Amino acid sequence: MTDMRTVFAAEASELLEEDPLTAVVLAEISDLFGKAAARHPDRVLNVGIREQLMVSVGGGLALAGMRPIVHTYAPFLVERAFEQVKLDLSHQGGHAVLASIGASYDAARAGRTHQAPEDVALIDSLPGFSVIVPGHPAEVRGPLREAVATLDAGSTYLRLSTESNREARPVSASLQTVRPGRRAVVVAVGPMLDPVLDAVGDLDVTVAYITTVRPFDADGLRSLEASSGAVVLVEPYLAGTSAFVVSSALASRPHRLLSLGVQRTELRRYGTPGDHAAWQGLDVAGIRRSVTSFLGLT
Amino acid sequence: MTLMTGDEKHGPSATSTLDVLWVLYDQVLRVAPDTVDDPGRDRFLLSKGHGPAAYYAVLAAKGFFPESWLADFGSAASRLGYHPDRNLIPGVEIASGSLGHGLPLGVGLAHGLIARGFAAPRVYVLVGDAELDEGSNSEAIVYAGAVGLPNLTVVAVDNRSSSYGWGPGGIEAQFAVSGWSAVRVSGRDHAALASAFRATSAGASSGSAGGPQLVVATVEGKG
Repeated sequence: MTDMRTVFAAEASELLEEDPLTAVVLAEISDLFGKAAARHPDRVLNVGIREQLMVSVGGGLALAGMRPIVHTYAPFLVERAFEQVKLDLSHQGGHAVLASIGASYDAARAGRTHQAPEDVALIDSLPGFSVIVPGHPAEVRGPLREAVATLDAGSTYLRLSTESNREARPVSASLQTVRPGRRAVVVAVGPMLDPVLDAVGDLDVTVAYITTVRPFDADGLRSLEASSGAVVLVEPYLAGTSAFVVSSALASRPHRLLSLGVQRTELRRYGTPGDHAAWQGLDVAGIRRSVTSFLGLT
Repeated sequence: MTLMTGDEKHGPSATSTLDVLWVLYDQVLRVAPDTVDDPGRDRFLLSKGHGPAAYYAVLAAKGFFPESWLADFGSAASRLGYHPDRNLIPGVEIASGSLGHGLPLGVGLAHGLIARGFAAPRVYVLVGDAELDEGSNSEAIVYAGAVGLPNLTVVAVDNRSSSYGWGPGGIEAQFAVSGWSAVRVSGRDHAALASAFRATSAGASSGSAGGPQLVVATVEGKG
């Protein structure tokens, strides 16, 4: 199966063909843009291993009226050059699509340096960013196209991963009900949908799916809310990243919230993404354990 | 400039740039109050956003905003802060203050102008010598030289305020090794500054100098 990043590169290359204002900025990362770079040398810019410059060049292109797509590994895109994201995009009022690969622990064997579970929380500390977390390679193309088309209105952080659900779902900015239930609403973000479905298969809970986590579909959540007021948020990045959004969406009514995600721990372990999911309680068994305990079903 | 009080900490920083700014806006930059949104205008990026009093004074003198704005510099109602914001001030191309952002932004802007087919406009970035301490500048200097960005001029106002300096070859040696053309002039000599800036834009348009250009403007040391 074609992975998210391959789909992303193909669609970005297509956008370069269609729109002379689109540009791609890279920091020595991807051989997926070789053909596009040969066709559009003025608009596919590899700045070398210089992530500060990569983000600033994206900011400068935006000031020139271009529509930049900036792409590298998640920790180097968001964390290493965070002040450039804050000042050279957000503060200037320029907009870009920041597309990362690597997610929280795709690169399990590479260790902490290549893992960025904090990325969405950091981006979310800035005003005006949309955040998209696709759950399947087929959920990348539409949101990327939409993000580039709406750059006049704001920037987008597109979080790509090698983790994927078995099947793609229709792309939507709204919360989608996957199956209804009564005891709780379980919100699964992007690639967390399959483990959530497998974990709560026999429980009487609503499972809802989102890929657009900012802006968060607060109305959608309010409309799904279980009479018990129990909500479980399952995010593939830092636990609690969207807790304040859910809390404010439900501020006017009694509710309980369980936030599952990656913990603030330094594991110093390698292995596979599946190993890390288990250690973080984000595998099927871990999610089931947390949900049944939260609902008093154990 | 005497209208703007309160930011005396940055006084030396403000006055070091005054002559360079005046020469740029009076003789070099193809931008005026009625062309601040023209995509084909020259861009001036004040990277060293500290001590912007001279910048504000020059912009006001050239009519980008009313001189009356200067008096309440930094007040709650003012658009003029101790660091400038492009979203608040007509004619200001970037919001700056944190050092080391203007030149990398200028690299992207220069690329963007070329990609959009604007061959005429130039990007001028003013940096301070101590600002070049920031590593983000090194990324931009090496890259811009390597790809030979033809429409980028850096003016480095050198008042020798960097604690560790740039060695016997000065700032210009750091740029030259990366393929920039470099010249040093007095930052107080209007004719010499204008001549240096004209040479950078003429060199680029004639194709005789393919790469980016540096003008080091020497001013008296920080008191």
